[in-house]
Amino acid sequence: MRSPLVAVVLATLLLPAQSQSLPERQAACLSCHGENGQSQNPEVPSLGGQPEYYVTIQLVMFRDKLRVVDMMNQVMTDASDDAVRELASFVSRLPPPEPVLDTPDPARMERAEALARQNHCSVCHKPDFSGGQNVPRLAGQREDYLVKALRGYKDNSRRGYDASMADVIEPLTDEQILDMAYYLARVR
Amino acid sequence: MTHSCAVRRHLLVAGALVTIIAATSWPLLAQQGANSPPTNAPTAAPAPLPAPTTQSALADRPKSEAAQKLAPVAPPPFATAADKIPVDKLKAPNGFNIEVYATGMVNARSLRQGDKGTIFVSTRLADKIYAITESNGKREARPVLTGLNRPNGIAFHNGTLYVAELSQVSKIEDIESKIDQTLKPTVIYSDLPKDEPHGWKFLTVGPDNRLYFQVGAPCNICMPSDAHAQIRSINLDGSDMKVVARGIRQIVGMDWHPVTGQLYFTENQRDWLSEEFPEDKLNRVANPGKDNFGFPYCHQGNMPDPEFGWGHDCKAEFTQPLVLLGPHSAPLGMRFYTGAMFPAEYRGAILVARHGSWNKTKKFGGDIVLVKLNEDGTVKSVEPFITGFVQDNSYIGRPVDLHVMKDGSVLFSDDWNGAVYRVTYGEAPVAHR
Repeated sequence: MRSPLVAVVLATLLLPAQSQSLPERQAACLSCHGENGQSQNPEVPSLGGQPEYYVTIQLVMFRDKLRVVDMMNQVMTDASDDAVRELASFVSRLPPPEPVLDTPDPARMERAEALARQNHCSVCHKPDFSGGQNVPRLAGQREDYLVKALRGYKDNSRRGYDASMADVIEPLTDEQILDMAYYLARVR
Repeated sequence: MTHSCAVRRHLLVAGALVTIIAATSWPLLAQQGANSPPTNAPTAAPAPLPAPTTQSALADRPKSEAAQKLAPVAPPPFATAADKIPVDKLKAPNGFNIEVYATGMVNARSLRQGDKGTIFVSTRLADKIYAITESNGKREARPVLTGLNRPNGIAFHNGTLYVAELSQVSKIEDIESKIDQTLKPTVIYSDLPKDEPHGWKFLTVGPDNRLYFQVGAPCNICMPSDAHAQIRSINLDGSDMKVVARGIRQIVGMDWHPVTGQLYFTENQRDWLSEEFPEDKLNRVANPGKDNFGFPYCHQGNMPDPEFGWGHDCKAEFTQPLVLLGPHSAPLGMRFYTGAMFPAEYRGAILVARHGSWNKTKKFGGDIVLVKLNEDGTVKSVEPFITGFVQDNSYIGRPVDLHVMKDGSVLFSDDWNGAVYRVTYGEAPVAHR
C-alpha cells in the first residue's frame, strides 16, 4: 500500500458511510484499487472497464454481506441504493487496465486458450473478455486476483450472485486455474 | 434479425448432430464433454486436449453481442419502485384483471400464506424472507428473516413456517403471533450437500404431513452422487428422511393433486446442448420411492444425453414427463387452481410460472400457462394465461411462484421487479399500488 495515502484513506473509511460525500468515497476506492482503473495492490482487483451492472450487483452484495470481504463490507455499510448506483457509474467509467507487458509463454497461452474454448468463457465474458451487463471484464485483470477469484469459486469461499461461476469452474484443476489467470492477465 | 436467428438455429441443430457424431469418435472428448460446456468430469479433470476440429456449433460462433444473449440473466439487486412496475404490459384473458399487490421485496420468489393471512415471500439471491401484512387497510411488505443462505423454499403448516435454505431446513413455530419480534429459526434437518449449483430448494408439505424438497444436480450435466438429483421427504421434525424420486436435474415448483394427492412438479433440463432442446418438463410421481426421471442419462423423457445416454432406452427405463413445457422456458412455481372465483374450466387445472429462458438467443417463456388435466391426471392442454413479461426480447419481469387465495384470486411473484401481483376474475379493476 502506498503509505502517505493509506492513513487518509483509513481515516475516511472509518467515517460512517452516510457522511461520506461521493468524491470522498471515490478517493477511498482509488486509494486501494488504483488510479486509472489499474490496481497496484496484490490481490486487489483493477476496477477499470468493469460493467456498471456487474459493479452494482457486487456493491449490493458487499453492503448486504452476501459476499464477505471485510474491507468491502465495512466500506459499503449502510450505503444507500443511490450511493451504490453512483459508485457503479463512476467505476464503469474508469479506463480498462493494461495487460501484463512481458513476453508471454506461448505454450501456457495456448493451453489457456483451449481451456477458454472448451469451457465457453467467451460466451458470457465475450471473445475479447471485456464482459458486459452482469458479467465482469477479465482481460488485463491482475493475475493474482484472478487466481484468488477462480479458487474462491471452486472452493465456495467466494459467493457469486447466482451459481453460474460455481457451475463453470467445477472441472478445472488448480493448474488450469493458474494457466487461465496467466492468460487473462496478458490477453490482448 | 429473424433470418439470421433462423440460420443460426439450423446451424445449431446441424452442429449438435455433428457434435453427437464427433463424440463417438473421440471417447476422451466425450468423457470430458468438450462439446457441451460447462461440463463436470466425474473424475479429476484430464490434461487439456487440443480443440476438436469439428466444433460444437456453440463454440465461439456467436459474435460478441449475440454471445451475451446466451449468458445467464441477473435480476436487478433493487426492487422496482411501485409506480414503475410494468403491470400494464401484462396481459390476461378477458374478464381477468391484474393488479400490483405488494412491492419492495428484492428478489421475491416463493409464496406461502399463514393461517392469519400473512403472505410470506422467500428469496434466492438475497438472504431474506419477507412478510406481507395488512392493518387498518394498509398493506406492508417487510423482511422478517435475514442472514439466510439462498432461502428459496418455504412452507406453512399448522402455524409453523418452514424454511429450506441451501443446506438446511428450519422452522419457526407460531410465527404469525411473533411476526414483529426478532425471529430465531430452529434447524430441523441439515444432512444436505453444500453445492451452489442448483443448491436452492423448493419446499412443500404433503397430504401425509411430511416436508418435501429437492436436492438438485450440482452442475449443468454430470453424474450426480447418491445424495443429489432427487426429491426427499422428512417428518415435520426433520426425522425419517426418504428418497421419493431420483433422476431429476432441478426442481423449483411442486404441488399436490387435490383429489389423488399425487405429487406434481416442474423440472428444468440441461443447457448448452441446443437452443431448441431438451424441453423442460411437468412431471408426476406415480410411484414414490421408485420413479426415476432420467437425469443424467435422458432428457425431456426421450432424449439420450450425448455423453451419458449411450446404451440407455429412455422410454423403457425412465418415468416419462406428463407434458413438455418448451426449450429452456424454466418452469418454476406451479399450483393447482382450487378456488371458486375463476371460470369452471380452471378448477383442477394447474397454473405454471415459466421464468423464461437464458440459454436462448430469442427468449422463450416468461409467462404463466394454464395446464388442463384429463380425468386420469394426465395433461390435456397447455395454453397461455398471463403473458407480457418479455418485451422486445428483454425481460420486464419474470414470474416465479403462485398462491391461490381463499377468495379464489391468485397471487404471483416476480423476482425481476421484487413484486407480488394479484389476478382476479369478474371484479371491477382496482387501481391499487
